[in-house]
Amino acid sequence: MDLDAVFLARIQFAFTVSFHIIFPSFTIGLAAFIATLLVRWRITGEERFQRLAKFWTKIFAVSFAMGVVSGIVLSYQFGTNWAGFSKVTGNVLGPLIGYEVLTAFFLEASFLGIMLFGWNRVSPNLHVLSAVLVAIGTSLSAFWILSANSWMHTPAGHEIRDGIAYPVDWFAIIFNPSFPYRFSHMFTAAYLTTSIVVLAVGARYLVQKRFEEDARTMVRMGLGMVAILAPLQLVIGDLHGLNTKEYQPAKLAAMEAHWNSNEPADFILFALPNKERNGNDYEIKVPIPGLASFVITHDFKGTFKGLNDFKPEDRPPIAPVFFAFRVMVGLGMLMILMGAVGAYLWVRGTLFQSRRYLTIVQHTWPMGFIAILAGWWVTETGRQPWLATGILRTYDAVSPAITFNAVATTLILFVIVYTIVFSMGVYYINRLIDKGPSGAAKDPPRGQPTRPLSAAEDATREAIIGAN
Amino acid sequence: MVEMASGEAMATWLPIIWIGLLGAAVALYVVLDGFDLGIGILFPFSPEEQDRDVMMNSVAPFWDGNETWLILGGGGLFVAFPLAYGIIMSGFYLPVIIMLLALVFRGVAFEYRWVSKPHHRWWDIAFAGGSITAAFMQGIILGGLLHGLPVKDGHFSGGMLDWLQPFPLFVGIATVAGYALLGTTWLVMRTEGEVAVQAREQAPKLLLAVLAAMTIVSLWTPLAEPRIWDRWFTLPNLFYLAPIPILTAIAAVTVWRGLANHHDSTPFFGTVAMFLLGFAGLAISTLPYLVPPTLTIWDAAAAPSSQLFMLVGTVPLLPMILGYTAFVYWTFRGKVKPGEGYH
Repeated sequence: MDLDAVFLARIQFAFTVSFHIIFPSFTIGLAAFIATLLVRWRITGEERFQRLAKFWTKIFAVSFAMGVVSGIVLSYQFGTNWAGFSKVTGNVLGPLIGYEVLTAFFLEASFLGIMLFGWNRVSPNLHVLSAVLVAIGTSLSAFWILSANSWMHTPAGHEIRDGIAYPVDWFAIIFNPSFPYRFSHMFTAAYLTTSIVVLAVGARYLVQKRFEEDARTMVRMGLGMVAILAPLQLVIGDLHGLNTKEYQPAKLAAMEAHWNSNEPADFILFALPNKERNGNDYEIKVPIPGLASFVITHDFKGTFKGLNDFKPEDRPPIAPVFFAFRVMVGLGMLMILMGAVGAYLWVRGTLFQSRRYLTIVQHTWPMGFIAILAGWWVTETGRQPWLATGILRTYDAVSPAITFNAVATTLILFVIVYTIVFSMGVYYINRLIDKGPSGAAKDPPRGQPTRPLSAAEDATREAIIGAN
Repeated sequence: MVEMASGEAMATWLPIIWIGLLGAAVALYVVLDGFDLGIGILFPFSPEEQDRDVMMNSVAPFWDGNETWLILGGGGLFVAFPLAYGIIMSGFYLPVIIMLLALVFRGVAFEYRWVSKPHHRWWDIAFAGGSITAAFMQGIILGGLLHGLPVKDGHFSGGMLDWLQPFPLFVGIATVAGYALLGTTWLVMRTEGEVAVQAREQAPKLLLAVLAAMTIVSLWTPLAEPRIWDRWFTLPNLFYLAPIPILTAIAAVTVWRGLANHHDSTPFFGTVAMFLLGFAGLAISTLPYLVPPTLTIWDAAAAPSSQLFMLVGTVPLLPMILGYTAFVYWTFRGKVKPGEGYH
């Protein structure tokens, strides 16, 4: 297989996996949010919690279906395009993915049907339990897949014989060095992303003066989470960075565009990394000497490895990692600001009257998604040129028989199908939000409850007919 | 010495246990997703909107769970036989990816068809087209695998279009007919009125087609592959294996009589029995090869410690999963009536 085909296969995987991650990052948090609403409904008996749970369940159903169909593709792509990956790492990673299917996918798929359509068929408590089980399923799924992914970054608990990885210690494999940090970071990111969406939707209704009682509940729950999680995420991210310094120094050097390990690093806001002269062009720095060193080593005079310590063929692509990292951190700072200002207004008792704050916040719903994508691009591009660090290079993992034309054809097909199917899904979700909780939360019809998405359809059709 | 002996025993027995589990998962997938893919295959023959609504409603609560078995099939192959997984997926690169895209289209069509009414024509086409394409590609992969794959240094070494041969294409068509038969007998069992009447008329024709296809595959494979001939037509194997075609014939007669005598459930369960027997027949022809004619289940197996680690969890988890699945089917039991559901 030639270089161009490898490059296309990488583009294809980046495209399908980036598209996929959008939906689970939303549904992990949303499942927990819905379960919380339903539990509060059972405890307090207040109708608004049930109404909100029904409303968000419809949006959950659409997102979940898109997560499932795009996820099936990934479980086969490891083999179609990356046969070398399954050959070399299959002994170690196979069981982790197998446990994801057995503990998480079946739990989600089975109880989702009851959560969506069981209103008239099972008792309220069993129904709430189903929602809780779906939330547990999404979390278990994240646990296993992030463990597998972390092992690719920081392999442990294995031995190599004839170029193939064999398991030695399963505990060390599952809880490999970067896993606790990656799991906490991604899990917090998923909850943060969902909280921002809930907050933004609540703010949108308050600005429009619609569904105000429900909107206030959404704003309070969403803002409460953002105010706590956004600063917490900064701390977790810092710890994750320290882990990267220890285990993947080349990635960290690329994140900071740091070349020379002998001098403390300044905090670079913008630069164009230049591979030709091993340095940066057009650097713009924060005027505090050694600030990046302080962030990374917690000492203004501290040093850490620079890109010059690595041979060019062992370095990740620098510019994508550097810029994606800045996008993620920048958005994280804005989230902290959004949470802090909101908390201040809340304490002063003027949150729901503060039109300027709510008007801005209603447009912030994509922030979490963009930050998550940027974060994944940092960590996955930063892992290059390795697929599994120190064990398998990406170039060696590709299926040898796959031709340029075959990868190009399927890439075009993926782009076409995903664009059609997913843009319509996003369009339907936006319609649902426009319709709002009261309109969407009708009693489920009698008779045989049907498809996972049919709850969404009902409201969406009304929205479309209403709009026409 | 004791440790070495038990290590060798594990390396011998674990792949056998795993091929059994994987075979069971694939068989369950074929039967479960088979009937709901069959509904899509039958769509073009039922042009009335109301009939299509009933057909779709009859499988709607289950399709998501049914497709999870496909993930288990792919995931299970990756877990237990990673070498075979890489070879099979890259060997059937285009059929696998086209199948996945067809399933994406079909899965979403399932849902968007209702949202877009009355402008749902394109989603009807996507649902039928996706179901037919997915079934056809699954048959091609099966036929191609029976035929065998060239392997060099642990990788697939053939061309991207090797599967474009008469035998895989024939198995592809046979799979479409087989899933359609499962679909019609499912409708006989789970629906009433016009849809059930039409399905009862379609089923016998499909049954004859499926029987013809099974006979052709049963003759074609031993004639083309000497190892399959030796497996079936030498003594004493001939006597041990004779029950399989005999039981298949009994199952087919049961389906036929059930349809003629207006039984609701026997045609469906008879068809399931035919599928399982056919599946067993293919397994007998192929084993111990996983990728004929080179890789056996032992050649392709993951390390014994990987297979064991996964088995420890699978033993308690699989019965739980079967429990949930049964619970969902039980919760949404009963016949679907016209006009019922969300539309």
